[in-house]
Amino acid sequence: MTLLVSAAEPSCYNRTVNDWWCPAYLSDYRTELVDATVQHLLITISAVLLGVAIAFPMALLARRYVRLETAIMGVSTALYTVPSLALFPLLVPFTGITATTVVLGLALYALTILVRSVLDGLASVPDDVRESARGLGYGRTSQLMKIELPLALPVMMAGLRVATVSTVALTTVGALVAHGGLGNLIADGVLTNFKAELMAACVLCVVIAVLLDVLIVGAQRLATPWTRTRVSA
Amino acid sequence: MRVFSDVWAYLSDGSSWTGTGGIWGYLVQQLLLTGTALVLALAIGLPLAMWLGHIGRGGFLAINISNVGRAIPTFALLALLVTAEWPGIATFGPFGRAGIATLIALTLFALPPIITNTYVAIREVAGEVKEAARGMGMTGWQQFRRVELPLAMPLVAGGVRLALVQVWATATIAALVAGPGLGRIITDGFANSNYGKGIAGAVVVAVVAMILEVLAALAQRAIDPVPRTAKKKHDDALPTSPLPATT
Repeated sequence: MTLLVSAAEPSCYNRTVNDWWCPAYLSDYRTELVDATVQHLLITISAVLLGVAIAFPMALLARRYVRLETAIMGVSTALYTVPSLALFPLLVPFTGITATTVVLGLALYALTILVRSVLDGLASVPDDVRESARGLGYGRTSQLMKIELPLALPVMMAGLRVATVSTVALTTVGALVAHGGLGNLIADGVLTNFKAELMAACVLCVVIAVLLDVLIVGAQRLATPWTRTRVSA
Repeated sequence: MRVFSDVWAYLSDGSSWTGTGGIWGYLVQQLLLTGTALVLALAIGLPLAMWLGHIGRGGFLAINISNVGRAIPTFALLALLVTAEWPGIATFGPFGRAGIATLIALTLFALPPIITNTYVAIREVAGEVKEAARGMGMTGWQQFRRVELPLAMPLVAGGVRLALVQVWATATIAALVAGPGLGRIITDGFANSNYGKGIAGAVVVAVVAMILEVLAALAQRAIDPVPRTAKKKHDDALPTSPLPATT
């Protein structure tokens, strides 16, 4: 009986129908979609966290030594011009065809944005605030932790948003080394002309980017209660 | 490591540079794609953003188009365009397989940095300067042409530079959907487990990207109406242009 029904009404992702929008695909290929999404999130989040972990000490060093700042900015700008499809292969000799290659490559891009935004954020702290802190007897470290970093938070968070959203999009290119999260589904969708799979993967990518962005904005609001009453630029 | 000698072997072999599937052919094709898409995006984006910046409207749109552009994976858009009925994979003149789809994607991804930077550049010209121009009896057009545009030029050029980097990167990704350009050497190499070839392609793509960036930086410096040395003394640093979504 069920066979008869499916013969009379082919599912919307059937070869002959091949619809762009197909709810039946979402339910039938659920595990595949969930797996790809989980891989996508894992790669994105590890890359951004790795980027943050390296960007902070680098920015602090760059701020201390002006010559180092020029060097770091120069190298990171050069790195930024290398397309991701070229950066991943360049890492392959060292890390192989693994997720590490993708995470490392994406972390390098995130790093570029993050170092810049940490430096911009610290530079946005007004000089008189810094002077007052010194006058109140804050040491170098406590001034940084208690005064400068909190005030730099809005600018740094803006950088984190840019880095996260671009990393979500770039993760798809990891399909080159078979670790692209939803990018793997996109590649497969193009190869086999599977429109429902392609559309679902593309939409999910954008949804993940928007969700993570909203999450960071929420976290920022909680972390900087003083900016809520003021109208920010 | 053996793979490095494979890379060298591929790059030093004359036959990998010439003929169909050679580096030169793909390089010329990708430069052609990049140039065409950039010109198209400038033709659409510059007048629109300059006009919006001059009348001071549409700021929300002009700023947020960059955020939207970042969230959409270039690979996803290329994949959708290639799989759709139109433009599909039809070969388009010298632009190769899926030429139209690639050109559309490249142009679309070049627009956000151009529009956002140009809008901000025109908008951020100091209010007193604009007022002085009006006070001298300049018409709206004269104010735009002789005051706003020259002062905005460095930042506008910055946007074009970002767009160039973006277009070059996106043109490379076109290979992931079997499109035209140098990325084909990378994807072909990886698809056939010929990593030496794939990495050699990546080296060429990266080197050309850096050459383009340096040329763009020199061009940007050349059209700056206020010389560098004079600017250092004043403290009015230009607003730094945001990084684009690289691809």
